[in-house]
Amino acid sequence: MGASYGKLMMWFFIVSDALTFSGFLAAYGFSRFKFIDNWPIADEVFTHFPFMHGVDAPMYYVALMTFILIFSSVTMVLAVDAGHQMKQKKVAFYLLLTIIGGLIFVGSQAWEWKNFIKGEYGAIETKGGSIIQFVDKTGKRVKLEEFAVVLPEEREQHKRSNGIWFQDEPSLPTYSVAEVQAGFKAHPDLLVRTEKIYRDTAEDKANKDLQPGLNKNKHREVLTREASEAMVANAHLVVEGANLQRNEYGSKLFADFFFFITGFHGFHVFSGVVINIIIYLNVLLGTYERRKNYEMVEKVGLYWHFVDLVWVFVFTFFYLV
Amino acid sequence: MSHSHEHVSNTSRIWKVFILLSIVTIVEVALGIVRPELLFNNNFLGMNLLNWVFIILTLYKAYYIVWAFMHMEGEKSSLRWAVVATVIFLVLYLVFILLVEGNYVYGVFKNSTIKWNF
Repeated sequence: MGASYGKLMMWFFIVSDALTFSGFLAAYGFSRFKFIDNWPIADEVFTHFPFMHGVDAPMYYVALMTFILIFSSVTMVLAVDAGHQMKQKKVAFYLLLTIIGGLIFVGSQAWEWKNFIKGEYGAIETKGGSIIQFVDKTGKRVKLEEFAVVLPEEREQHKRSNGIWFQDEPSLPTYSVAEVQAGFKAHPDLLVRTEKIYRDTAEDKANKDLQPGLNKNKHREVLTREASEAMVANAHLVVEGANLQRNEYGSKLFADFFFFITGFHGFHVFSGVVINIIIYLNVLLGTYERRKNYEMVEKVGLYWHFVDLVWVFVFTFFYLV
Repeated sequence: MSHSHEHVSNTSRIWKVFILLSIVTIVEVALGIVRPELLFNNNFLGMNLLNWVFIILTLYKAYYIVWAFMHMEGEKSSLRWAVVATVIFLVLYLVFILLVEGNYVYGVFKNSTIKWNF
């Protein structure tokens, strides 16, 4: 096929890895399709930007991450190109830039995870398993801490050191269900926002439980005060942030898939950075000058571009669509 | 593109492709933030036009990354086809299964009393 053994094998590995990621993205698509009426809206979840605390910046940071990864791909191609001309110092320079770009990307992804796990507003999970969030009468999101009452309760986290020694439980949320319910009662302006997406169909327009004036097409439904009170009475758990079982943004599967797919991708970026560092050291040592070709740089370049390619698809299907 | 790419520097083409990819990304992000009503609220084959734009732009970027950055344009056509044909065929098949079965499962949940089982 006109390529060396190593390059051919790298291409075959890329094909199999691409199909693995396609499998994951297809599973994501299937689950999202199944719960399409209840899936969280990405613009509302990913709104943080570093050093700009409290600013609502939907999508900007993930766009910057995409740009950084594309740029690191460009520096990688330039490194490969310099390798073809046997210019050792140039290869080293561009490879270093690629490594730095990769590290910035992984760091950024870790920061996004941190924000995602910490959560922002908090939510309630009802006995039926759906997530309800809170808005004020203008439709603006309200945090649990802005209205929850602090009651004199004595519930402590059951750790192995303070209870039965062979059992424990995950850490408790900041507010208990009773505190949120009491707070909701004390603030008559608050309304509940459900997981369900409002569509301008005749059926939705006739729904008496929806607060008139606050429901927009393709946004989540806001209920009337009476319907909200019924929902809050059905509360089962307070959900803050996200883990693999549940999350405050909506469907349980949303956080699960987010962690799994971006985690898998992040792992590939990280391993790519490690491999790039090894090759970078070899370039500095002059291994490829002695070998009279820089094909190794080309091979790791293929892997790096594959990682970029996967990110382009993950970015589209998670954040844009 | 000459076959003896050993000594010819392609730097200018690389930067051109980079500018192209950056512009496409910026357009995608801008559309994602603004979400213009005209595209968001109109459907074609069951998906809104905005999503179609995203997917087409993404495929366009993917093409350029594979063709120019992974230097597929410099490889022999047998290697090219071995990689591209396999992936595209299998991905299309997977997407077909996903859409057909997903549609069925959506129908089951919409018309029954089960709201959640996995």
